[in-house]
Amino acid sequence: MTDTAAGTVHDRHGGLLRRISDTLFRHPHLLLTLLIAPPLLWLGIVYLGSLLALLAQSFFSIDEFSGMVKREFTLSTYAELLNLANVDVILRSLVMAVAVTLAAALIAFPIAYYAARYARGRWKAFFYLAVMLPLWSSYLVRVYAWKLILAKEGIITWLADKLYITWALDAILALPVIGGPSLSISYIGTFLVFLYVWLPYMILPTQAALERVPANLLEASADLGAVPRQTFWTVIFPLALPGLIAGSIFTFSLTLGDYIIPQIVGTSTYFLGQAVYTLQGTAGNIPLAAAFTVVPIVIMGIYLSIAKRMGAFDAL
Amino acid sequence: MRSERGHRAPRALSLAAIAGLLFLHVPLLLIFLYAFTTEEKSYQFPPPGLTLKWFGAAWERQDIWNALWLSVKVASIATAIALVLGTCAAAAVSRARFFGHDYISLLFILPIALPGIITGIALRSAFNIMDFDFSFWTIVLGHATFCIVVVYNNALARFRRTAGSLIEASMDLGADGFQTFRYVVLPNIGSALLAGGMLAFALSFDEVIVTTFTAGQQSTLPIWMLTELIRPRQRPVTNVVAIFVIAVTFIPILFAYYLTRDGEHVAGGGK
Repeated sequence: MTDTAAGTVHDRHGGLLRRISDTLFRHPHLLLTLLIAPPLLWLGIVYLGSLLALLAQSFFSIDEFSGMVKREFTLSTYAELLNLANVDVILRSLVMAVAVTLAAALIAFPIAYYAARYARGRWKAFFYLAVMLPLWSSYLVRVYAWKLILAKEGIITWLADKLYITWALDAILALPVIGGPSLSISYIGTFLVFLYVWLPYMILPTQAALERVPANLLEASADLGAVPRQTFWTVIFPLALPGLIAGSIFTFSLTLGDYIIPQIVGTSTYFLGQAVYTLQGTAGNIPLAAAFTVVPIVIMGIYLSIAKRMGAFDAL
Repeated sequence: MRSERGHRAPRALSLAAIAGLLFLHVPLLLIFLYAFTTEEKSYQFPPPGLTLKWFGAAWERQDIWNALWLSVKVASIATAIALVLGTCAAAAVSRARFFGHDYISLLFILPIALPGIITGIALRSAFNIMDFDFSFWTIVLGHATFCIVVVYNNALARFRRTAGSLIEASMDLGADGFQTFRYVVLPNIGSALLAGGMLAFALSFDEVIVTTFTAGQQSTLPIWMLTELIRPRQRPVTNVVAIFVIAVTFIPILFAYYLTRDGEHVAGGGK
């Protein structure tokens, strides 16, 4: 192979390495295949393989007497998924995911807007790190911090006492459904922790989208007689929307699948992730657990296709 | 409307932004405070007294050392695998457009785009089907899978900025493929790989959701912490470990930021 195309420089080294190198250079497709094959095989076998095996099991069912998995095709597991208690779990998780996503968008927007439009130089770096550090710092540590905060003897109760607003705290806890004996044993608590833990995922894409809004567009809008409020709602917000939607992909998906937060802070009722965890663990009902995991996959599939249509992927 | 450049932000906006940042950071400060409390049975605020003894107590706990050592080993090996596979994938995707090009990116992102519990349970049931015993290696297998994307994102961003003409010039000047890789490509992508590797390490070091499914009897540091959160023993010791974990993850993140800050984001996305 070497001598056909080799020039004088090639003769200096020779040897096996040289020959391999030349072969690869002359066959870029071979090089490409060699590069892409290992990661593709890894993800294809380890990840996709496991995922498909799991999904396949949702079409099996559990034998009621022996508790063993019956390996024959049936839709009965999906029928079981639709009974009242399970639908309840799914709806509860969906409502929580929507609430967390909306609240995260509300809190994230001012931070992202400030960082994108007003922060300059060193402040810009500060803002970026201030969002990145919580994002990358330990998930469990951040959940733990809220266990400290929300505990009955913790800082919120103390603060309410010092500010003479214990009555307000009690009134919130007395609310039906979302209240509870203490903040750490209520849906409000679960909601706050979700919001806290996923908030950075909303800030970053929103900020990225806002930074791409050209300043002269705003000047043009002002020149054409728009008051700031109009500029905001007709120019800035529509352009920031793909960023907000990109962020919501994360907040929504992560809330839907989490099983640790509601286990540590919250009531004893199940969320989707907990249901899956218990079903595959103590209950040993892999088919139903697998059917349960299909729910977030389908929901996220629908969500992602809508997001893609609204241009959110360019903002990622 | 005022032109925004050169003007101060509206006060309401500044307040909302500051409040948001405080919301993100004050809870972490409380972790520090509670590491010094003398109260070990509850989360009483303000702490009745301050002490340093929990640091000593944490030092003496063998279970913490074991968990830490396991976490470091898992994160190192998972990062090494992710570095090799992620760089290969990024090199291939950045070089050429080929059949299925767009789907490959999607495939790499999938392990962190889908909720972690799905990755976890899928791996667990696959190990069960194939009669794999849960061990150190099953943890590594799971971690490497979602670490690849972090390296991939960082390397891809850098490959796209590295001019292809450099590689051609190197080849024209007589370097073979391996020499080009060693002397031209590697110095160009080195800092991006370092950043990606450190983020992958931080991600693996902190991972708990997939790990609960792929670990057997061993506990990594996050698993140890989860057990302590559900059944607390010496509560302030958990805080000491939490401070340590914050420090261990913050340093690589800061470092990765300084390595890649010129014009690209520290890519990663979700956990």
